[in-house]
This record gives sequence, structure tokens and C-alpha cells, in this order.
Amino acid sequence: MSPEVETLVAILVATLRAGTPLVFAALGELVTEKSGVLNLGIEGMMLIGAVAGFIATVLTGSPFAGVVFAMLAGTLVSLLFGVLTLTLLTNQVATGLALTIFGIGLSAFVGLGYIGTPIQGLQPLAVPLLGDIPVLGLLLFRHDPLVYLSLVLLAAVAWFLARTRAGLVLRAVGESHEAAHAIGYPVIAIRYLAVMFGGAMSGLAGAYLSLVYTPQWTENMTAGRGWIALALVVFATWRPARVLLGAYLFGGITIVGLHIQAAGFEASSHLLAMLPYLATILVLVLISRDANRIRLNAPAALGKPFHPDA
Amino acid sequence: MTVSRLLPRLLAVLSAAALLAAAGPAAAEPLKVGFVYVSPIGDAGWTYQHELGRRHLETALGDKVETSYVESVPEGADAERVIREFAAGGYNLVFTTSFGYMNPTIKVAKRFPGVAFEHATGYKRAENVGTYLARFYEGRYLTGIVAGKMTKSNTVGYVAAFPIPEVVRGINAFTMGLRSVNPSAQVKVVWVSSWYDPGKEREAAETLIAQGADVITQHTDSTAPVQAAEENGVYAIGYHSDMSKYGPTAHLTASTHNWSGHYLASAKAVLDGSWAPQDLWGGIKDGMVELAPFGPAVPAEVRSLVEAKQAEIAAGTLHPFLGPVRDQSGALRVAEGGVLSDQDMLGFDWYVEGVLGKLPK
Repeated sequence: MSPEVETLVAILVATLRAGTPLVFAALGELVTEKSGVLNLGIEGMMLIGAVAGFIATVLTGSPFAGVVFAMLAGTLVSLLFGVLTLTLLTNQVATGLALTIFGIGLSAFVGLGYIGTPIQGLQPLAVPLLGDIPVLGLLLFRHDPLVYLSLVLLAAVAWFLARTRAGLVLRAVGESHEAAHAIGYPVIAIRYLAVMFGGAMSGLAGAYLSLVYTPQWTENMTAGRGWIALALVVFATWRPARVLLGAYLFGGITIVGLHIQAAGFEASSHLLAMLPYLATILVLVLISRDANRIRLNAPAALGKPFHPDA
Repeated sequence: MTVSRLLPRLLAVLSAAALLAAAGPAAAEPLKVGFVYVSPIGDAGWTYQHELGRRHLETALGDKVETSYVESVPEGADAERVIREFAAGGYNLVFTTSFGYMNPTIKVAKRFPGVAFEHATGYKRAENVGTYLARFYEGRYLTGIVAGKMTKSNTVGYVAAFPIPEVVRGINAFTMGLRSVNPSAQVKVVWVSSWYDPGKEREAAETLIAQGADVITQHTDSTAPVQAAEENGVYAIGYHSDMSKYGPTAHLTASTHNWSGHYLASAKAVLDGSWAPQDLWGGIKDGMVELAPFGPAVPAEVRSLVEAKQAEIAAGTLHPFLGPVRDQSGALRVAEGGVLSDQDMLGFDWYVEGVLGKLPK
């Protein structure tokens, strides 16, 4: 491999890894929002997933158990959000923000004794034969299992929303809960399931950070990625494929910016730090600028409380 | 409870309080010392080192001192509130350990002339506010020597937070040390625009490794760069704290801060009434800058070389910016035999020769 190809492969591989936690979190939020619920607590749920996954890995020695536990923990806190907003009808925006603050505090408290504990994180797979192909092997067949899982989940969610009856019902609930309720669909139950899926995905995103990306637990290690995932859903106009594009774009431009600096090109580090945000928003806004399509994709009942007796 | 029954109790409490106040500060009353931290303590990093200093103070002075801290205090209005609470709560000495606490410290200090304040890394002082800082660049110079001896690709990667003089001074000192033993070695710098973002710090470290760096050092707060080095089979040099736990084979050493001596000296000074505000910029000779124990990869001859240089710096016979010092264009900034003044070092806005890339402005 020539040095140029090597650099290119390094950039692409790093992009996949940088984008993966965003894909998980954004995918979960997409499904939650499609059911008409706005959960701003992604950052908090990710942190709880990160710490829960880490602790479970320390205790069991198995990062796979950690991943499962992270998803369970994410689901559990999202259930709390569900009880508050869906059953007790609290304000979704305020509750979501509170969930983030709660998640930051709780994860810091629970993880106190685990800072600096060494773990064996989730290792990349090396698919025999295929993994040994010079460039393609590195690009496609030598990732950790969660990278593949994110792609499978993305395809599954896209298929579920667009092609299945259950997906249609979920979207109907997010468009007009009164209409869905009138036809006889259990609006609240469906929204609970969507919120819990969002929680599980955020937990998974957190586990990716604490078990794969930087296998350690430190307070606030998500560093704002939950908010980026939230923005991705909106700018991708609630379409799974564009969420993927946005996540990789964001990750990719960050990585390219670092490579530009390391290669010694003259570039403002402040500008490079801003560029991923700017470029991702710009690209997604440009490809999704059709106002009619946006109205079509945006769940009309997003953030509105539903009370069946009303 | 009716008023008639409440009143006597209230009076009793008040008179008890008055009695206590009249007794005044008893001789046995401990010195109360408060610490304000900008981030969580964790197990490595800037705040952790201050915490080690606080713990040392407690062990060294025992009953004579009572300390407490508030962590994760944002720089701004919250900081002022926390500092005021310490001052109003009867604390005699308050350490504010982040640059952004400068104005709140000065402001609160005016209201509490009887309390001694010490602000780390700042430049504003008052009758009851002193400042303290360490010559971190001396440690950087020494770790640069280690990197220069250990690199095979002659490319060293530096993960840095923000292009401010403090960070640039570290990069320059490191490069001076590096090239004092390996004139053909160069430093690649990646700015991550964050003091703490484990994910991005790791990405930066892996980028540098992909571009040929075989020693990684950092001026950020997380241990992610050391971990990235360990997993990619290259060397790492930590900062702030001993980070060897995150890279048992990769970690060569680290430039660390030790505030224990200073905190103890200040507390003793307040206790015996000799405390006065000072502008302290201590280094290796004051024990404020140290090196973490060498990792297993560092050969004995490198260890003894670094120890010798460390002794020279402590003795004042070696200065990291001893001329000739050239900038990136090759222009002579310090002539042979001269040294860079403190003023120049505090305002660094240029790279020395050997650093690749342009310094962002």
C-alpha cells in the first residue's frame, strides 16, 4: 500500500468508528420521535449506558454482557421518562432536559469506584480470508461487532418504518394520536415501546464509547455526542439513511480535520473544530430542502401530550 | 408549636451562640482551607493533582487543619458563589485552581479582607490574593529528551487543546528537549479544541499514529491518548498525572504537577501569621514539577541522562530555552548562551524549529 492509500484507509476506518455511536443514538431518537415523543435526554441515557456497560464488563469480564446491560440500563431510564411524560403527562422538553442532568449526575455517582479500572474492551473481528484482502479487508472486514450491528439496525429500522404494518401504526401515532386512538390503536403503549427502543439505543451508543472507542469510564465521557445525535435526526428530516449519512459526515470531517493538522497544512484549528457541525448541517439541509417532504416526514404530533380521555 | 413555647427555646439557642462567639476562636480551632476545582477529581489530570495536594495537607497537618473542596465548579457566576460560601463560612485560606476563577476570586477577596486567597495560573493579585503557577515547561523539556531517545520514526505526535501561550510553551519546551538529543526529530501537533473529550483525543492520537508518529504526548486532560498509544503499539508520554495505568507498556514517563509542598507552605504561613500574597512560579527545584516513574521500555542510559538533566535544571545550570533558539523560519530568537525571558515565555505565539505546521492564530 502506498502512503496515500494508507492514510485514506485510516481516515475511512476512523470515520466509521467515530460515526457509529451517533448512528445508534440518532436511530433510537428517530424511532422515538416518529411516535410523536421528543426525548432530549439522549446525553443522559448514553452516560448511564456507558457506565452500566462498563461496570457490567468489570464484574462479568465479558464486554458482550456489558453491551446487553448498557441497553437494559438505557431502557430503564427511558422508562422513567415514559412514566413521567406519557402517564403523568409532564412537559417532554423539560423532562428530557432533566433526564440529561439526572444521567450526568447518576452516572458520575455510580461510576465513582470504577474510574481507572482497566478492562478488556470489545475487540475488532478479523474475518478469516476476507479480512486479509489488502485494502478492502481493512475497510470492511476488520471492525468491531457493533459497527456491523449499527448497520443491521439501521436497515431494520428503515424497513420497519417504511415497509411493515407495525411501522405504519407507529408513524400514524406520531402523526395524529387522536386519529390513531379513534381507530383503536393503543397510543400510549406504542409510545412506551418507542421510548424504550430509544433508551436501549442510547445505552448502546454509550456502551460503544466506554467499551470500544475509549475502553474506560470517566465522568461525562460522551462530551456532547447525545446532542449531536439529536440534531442529526432533525437535519436528516427523520429519514434513517440520511441519519447514517449525517453521522459519517460528522465523524469523517472531524477525522479529516485532524489529518489536515497532523499533515502540517496551514489551517485554523478553530475553523476545523467548527467544520463538522457546519458541513453536516449544510449538506443535510441542502439535500432535504424540499419543504413538502420535510412536512411529510416530520411527525406532526411531535412533543404533544396525549390524554385518551380528553 | 405556639409562640410562647418557641420563644424560650429560641432565646436559649441565641444565648448559646452568643457565648460561643464571645469565646472567640479557640487555640485548638483548626485552620479551614477550601479548594475550588474546575472538573471532577477522577484518577488523573489537572484537578486530580490539586486533590493530591489537598490530601497531603490533611495528612501533614492532621488536627491543625480542616479542608474541604467543591469539584466541577464552572468558571463564572457559579465560581463566585462557591468562593463566597467558603469565605463566609469561616475558611481562612481558599485555593481557586483554574484560570477562569481569576475575576471571581479578586471580587470575593475584596469583601473578605481577613481571608487569604491563592489563585492558580492567574496574573491578578491583591492584598489578600496571591497567585501560583508551575514551570511545567521544565518537565516538558525532560520528557522531550525521553521522546527523542525513544522515537525510531523521528516523528512525535502532540495532542493539544487550545493554541494559548501555556500550551505552546509546552510544545516548544518539549521540542527543545527532543532535538537536544535527536536533531532530526520533529513534532506534529493536532489541536482538538477541547480540554477534555476522550473520544476526540483518541481520534487525534490515532491520526498522529497513522501519520507516522511513534511517540504520543498530550496537553489535554483525559487518558485516552495514552490508551490509544498502548493499543497501537507505540509509546506515550502522559501529562498532569502518572498515566501508566492506561498504558503499562506504552507509558514512558509523564510530566506531572506536585502542589503538595506549596499547599503545605501556604497553610503553615497562614497558621503562624506570616502569609503574604506572592507571585509564585516554581519549577523542578521547588518540587512543583516532577516526572512520573519511567516505564519498562526506557533503557537505563536514557534514565540516567534524564536524571542528570533534571539535576542541572534544578541547579539552574540548564534552561530549556537556552540559546541558540530558532523559530520555524530558522530565524534566531535567542542567541547562543542566552535564555528566553519569563516575559517572552509567558507570551509565546510562535513555534520553535522542529515543530511542523503553522501555529493557529
